[in-house]
Amino acid sequence: MADDLITIFVEEESGEKRAIEAPTDMQLSLMELLKASDYPVQATCGGMALCATCHVEVVEGDDSYKEATDPELDMLDTLPEVTDASRLACQMRLADDMDGMVVRILAKEECS
Amino acid sequence: MVQSIEDKRVETDICTIGAGPVGLFAVFEAGLLKMRCHLIDALPQIGGQLSEIYPKKPIYDIPGYPDILAQDLVNNLEQQIAPFHPTATLGERVEELDRLEDDSFRLQTNEGTEVFCKVVVIAGGLGCFEPRKPAVENLEQYEGKGIAYIIKNPEKFRGKKLVLAGGGDSALDWTLYLSELAEEVTLVHRGSTFRGAPDSAEKVMSLADQKKINLQLNANVTAIQGNGMLNACVITDKAKNSVTVDTDYFIPLFGLSPKLGPIADWNLNLDRNAIVVNTEDYSTNVPGIYAIGDINTYPGKLKLILCGFHEAALMSHSAYRIVSGGKKPSFKYTTVNGAPTM
Ligand SMILES: Cc1cc2nc3c(=O)[nH]c(=O)nc-3n(C[C@H](O)[C@H](O)[C@H](O)COP(=O)(O)OP(=O)(O)OC[C@H]3O[C@@H](n4cnc5c(N)ncnc54)[C@H](O)[C@@H]3O)c2cc1C
Ligand code: FES
Repeated sequence: MADDLITIFVEEESGEKRAIEAPTDMQLSLMELLKASDYPVQATCGGMALCATCHVEVVEGDDSYKEATDPELDMLDTLPEVTDASRLACQMRLADDMDGMVVRILAKEECS
Repeated sequence: MVQSIEDKRVETDICTIGAGPVGLFAVFEAGLLKMRCHLIDALPQIGGQLSEIYPKKPIYDIPGYPDILAQDLVNNLEQQIAPFHPTATLGERVEELDRLEDDSFRLQTNEGTEVFCKVVVIAGGLGCFEPRKPAVENLEQYEGKGIAYIIKNPEKFRGKKLVLAGGGDSALDWTLYLSELAEEVTLVHRGSTFRGAPDSAEKVMSLADQKKINLQLNANVTAIQGNGMLNACVITDKAKNSVTVDTDYFIPLFGLSPKLGPIADWNLNLDRNAIVVNTEDYSTNVPGIYAIGDINTYPGKLKLILCGFHEAALMSHSAYRIVSGGKKPSFKYTTVNGAPTM
């Protein structure tokens, strides 16, 4: 059902944007989507906001998604580099108003 | 209790790379068969992911425990293996693994510790926990020459000038601890407040008010200076004002994240960063090297503590044949033999 599909764009280092289609009716998080799409997201803690290996930056999208929640801020505070739009992808449940969002993966350096 | 030894040369039956829950339980299973074990871990403490990532989270799928805090499970495992007196090298990473002419092994750590053993058990989990590093030019050049990411022996910092960076619990806790030892402590934090444990945050703030530490908020270390050895850090705030602080050490504390690391170079069959094993005994493609716990893969693998424990038991019975020169282990219940001893 097209109604339950949104498109998220991942901005690569080259600036190129790759589109990923995502269902919103499966309770998936953005972390799970990125992982399933073979992006280098380790998700060591399985989505508990405890490892920051799913760190992304919301480049374009609804402003409400640029603000991290409390447990994320606790974790983000421990990292060397974060931006004002830093989020932990595991704390972002895929929803209709995320359609068209552009994210950049900041956790790349975590992957060997 | 499992304590790190200073010996730079160790001989043992089994060397376990990784002191996470699975590496610890391997010591127990090996001990039941009277095999001696040495543990090596890159972290200064035992417990792997449990102690490093989620010490205070309850785990619900350990048989016999409706729930148990991760750190309590580690403490229990430590107690359970104590009768076998395992030795350990903590805070060092295994870099090299060579097979010697008599089919035994020699391992070497990044700090030059050598371990000679008959069997190697890789219980390396998701890999070595490596520090997250800030983007500062020439950082690597000064590693070991004034830059430290993990504090193994705080005494080293007595009477020294230190710059710490970070905003999490470990940055707060070490600032408090080292402020007692060091001549001067500067804490640099990107944010304007601390979200870590409120108690520690308050103490850090009050030390700063009393001028016992130098606190730089909304700031980052943007450059380091030195002449062979580090001697200063440049700290820049959000308004782009910079100060240069003389220091003996720069200690960035931005948490750790696991990387496969040197394990990838040991000629073992790998599949997506995991070591392929034979499920009969969790042996790898190299005779005498086993892989158990999160580091291994096989059809149907589940990365669970429970599965790692099972793998440790089967591994030990197979390893016994190598350690004992071909003898078959006799299978006995622990209830038959009574309290375990070496
Ligand atoms: C947040 C979270 C929640 C979890 N919840 C559960 C749960 O409820 N139930 C469950 O069963 N599992 C759970 N897990 C998974 C569980 O923690 C792992 O399965 C378990 O830690 C694996 O143990 P291990 O001993 O194989 O590896 P680890 O715990 O990863 O330990 C491996 C150790 O090896 C060291 N190492 C690696 N390479 C080297 C080297 N070259 N030299 C020196 N040292 C090295 C590392 O530093 C590390 O300390 C959870 C994991 C996380 C992160
Ligand atoms: S998966 Fe660990 S913080 Fe998101």
